[in-house]
Amino acid sequence: MELYRSHVLVCGGTGCTSSKSQLVMENMEKYIKEYNLDKEVKVVKTGCFGLCALGPVVVVYPEGAFYSMVTPEDTKEIVEEHLLKGRIVKRLLYSPTAEEDDIKSLNEVDFYKKQKRIALRNCGVINPEIIDEYIAFDGYKALGKVLTEMTPEQVVNEIKESGLRGRGGGGFPTGLKWDFTAKAVGDQKYVACNADEGDPGAFMDRSILEGDPHSVIEAMAIAAYAVGANQGYIYIRAEYPIAVKRLQIAIGQAREYGLLGKNIFGTDFCFDIDIRLGAGAFVCGEETALMTSIEGHRGEPRPRPPFPAVKGLFAKPTLLNNVETYANIPVIINNGAKWFAEIGTEKSKGTKVFALGGKIVNTGLVEIPMGTTLREIVEEIGGGIPNGKKFKAAQTGGPSGGCIPASLIDTPIDYDSLISIGAMMGSGGLIVMDETTCMVDIAKFFLEFTVDESCGKCAPCRIGTRRMLEILEKITSGKGEMEDIEKLKKLANGIKASALCGLGQTAPNPVLSTLRYFEDEYIAHVVDKKCPAGVCKDLLQYKINPELCKGCSLCARNCPVQAISGQVKSPFTIDPEKCIKCGVCASSCKFNAISKQ
Amino acid sequence: MKSLAELEALRKSTLEKINLRKEDGDGARVVVGMATCGIAAGARPVLNAFMEEIAKRNLDNVTVTQTGCIGLCQYEPIVEIYTPGLEKVTYAKVKPEMVAQIVTEHIVNGKPCSQYTIGNVQK
Repeated sequence: MELYRSHVLVCGGTGCTSSKSQLVMENMEKYIKEYNLDKEVKVVKTGCFGLCALGPVVVVYPEGAFYSMVTPEDTKEIVEEHLLKGRIVKRLLYSPTAEEDDIKSLNEVDFYKKQKRIALRNCGVINPEIIDEYIAFDGYKALGKVLTEMTPEQVVNEIKESGLRGRGGGGFPTGLKWDFTAKAVGDQKYVACNADEGDPGAFMDRSILEGDPHSVIEAMAIAAYAVGANQGYIYIRAEYPIAVKRLQIAIGQAREYGLLGKNIFGTDFCFDIDIRLGAGAFVCGEETALMTSIEGHRGEPRPRPPFPAVKGLFAKPTLLNNVETYANIPVIINNGAKWFAEIGTEKSKGTKVFALGGKIVNTGLVEIPMGTTLREIVEEIGGGIPNGKKFKAAQTGGPSGGCIPASLIDTPIDYDSLISIGAMMGSGGLIVMDETTCMVDIAKFFLEFTVDESCGKCAPCRIGTRRMLEILEKITSGKGEMEDIEKLKKLANGIKASALCGLGQTAPNPVLSTLRYFEDEYIAHVVDKKCPAGVCKDLLQYKINPELCKGCSLCARNCPVQAISGQVKSPFTIDPEKCIKCGVCASSCKFNAISKQ
Repeated sequence: MKSLAELEALRKSTLEKINLRKEDGDGARVVVGMATCGIAAGARPVLNAFMEEIAKRNLDNVTVTQTGCIGLCQYEPIVEIYTPGLEKVTYAKVKPEMVAQIVTEHIVNGKPCSQYTIGNVQK
């Protein structure tokens, strides 16, 4: 590696890649070469910066200029102005960083100010495909320390004292899990990493693997040393091609450097990792189904106990942690359990990464200390709700989680507070909803997902969730009765109590939590046959206001099912029997004469 | 990689090369005027000379960056050096031959080369 005066960091995460960051990078390199700057300026492909809504993101150091929404055409200007002449291109700066004559540090911008990046520490800083850069930022130092200075028991105790809890959603104390696996008797043990991020809308595990794959590899090696394993598996979904590729590169480099393989750091410790690709079934994120799938069988869960720590992969003691949990491990070892335990709340230590999505200005990835309130996430970090709409609720934990209504927006985000209000931490999806979202429809959406993804092994999940969905469909189509709501509650509680695995046990949560906070919306659907948010099509009617209609016939010509008729220059009417409520007429009308009611 | 020492050596040597991505850098900053006037007066060879000298001496905390025209075009190439604890020093009409001396005396030893500063060049 040569010494360069300037580094141009281009985000290579999936979000930015889909908005042409690859081309931005190629153009950047082309122009840099054209101006003979290629000996002075280096272009680096990094992982996710978190501000995915504003991609592609380009950061130029040493100035720290943060350019957002850079198009391939903009690259020439950046090279000519900034890299050649040293004039920052203000037009392209992420606006909160732009000041009169100077640029503000990224850490002072609202989006980053309240964040604390531990799991994401290297994302957007290093090139994930170069192991040297990871090592430069203290990579593999924790592994070295563990192997040469600590006993396996000391490692387990360090993790226990840190108070780290599983980031996959359950929140089980990580140290305890390590302890169980370490104490389990067996001639062969395994460590595994759950990277089967199936929760719709969540993408933090993907971003960690794309931006900092070595942190997970290092952590798995540390875990293997602590519990006495010599083989690791990373189970990752095939839908994450960039993450898979970078993991493969990273594992190859680690082997080359002798950081995976035999006698690591000259000790007796041997460890290697293999990747297993998942075919994208949601149930394979459940630990027992995941292990069944690694073994080469159909991904179906099995009853617990025995827990994986006792009888896991290939019936051997197995330690299974989530990607984000692992990403915290090297930092805990380097900085000490005490340092980590000072971050967060009494029972939830450290930080949590959330994939912020839905009706929010700054869609992207945020890492916050536990105990940050939902209000801070939505209003300050997230930049609020777009188009002046009001916040209605946020869904955490995706199809297994629940909603947090606006009245509880000051709830601190930690494991126990969320459980107490009927939501859950989940793996980290955080979907923000505004007043135009129908809560019954949301519950139906998540239930459709779990019905689709149910593996069919146990009856409560296979049949029960299907029946719940049918009731919800009945309600949203205007045929619901009051006793349906009672039936829903009864079914939901029955499924929770009797389903085999986590997927089934948590599937009713979206229904239960929306019923808890928005029962009036359910009642409006059932009794008044109205959808207050104006979402459920069967409860809507498009009507033409005869006073505003000019009789231009534009709506009639645009209607895909010929449901609108009338004489030109006199008001038109919509035939409710034919209307499919697609809304094309309302958006085509120039006089706002068509409304939904 | 068979020892911690090897890892530490690799860490240090790589860090020097990517240190400029750390925002809390407290080392010296070399700013070269690179507007049209600067470039025309030969700022680029000067900038390259700084890069080479810094690399040669393994100065891991020094960043080299450029700026636009500060209005004293007749004194270009202008180089400003910010070092912690010292006042900003502005060198004028810098030539690549002077760079090694500036780096040694000013950045390493903390004694600005007064003969090249703008105040003296102007006289």
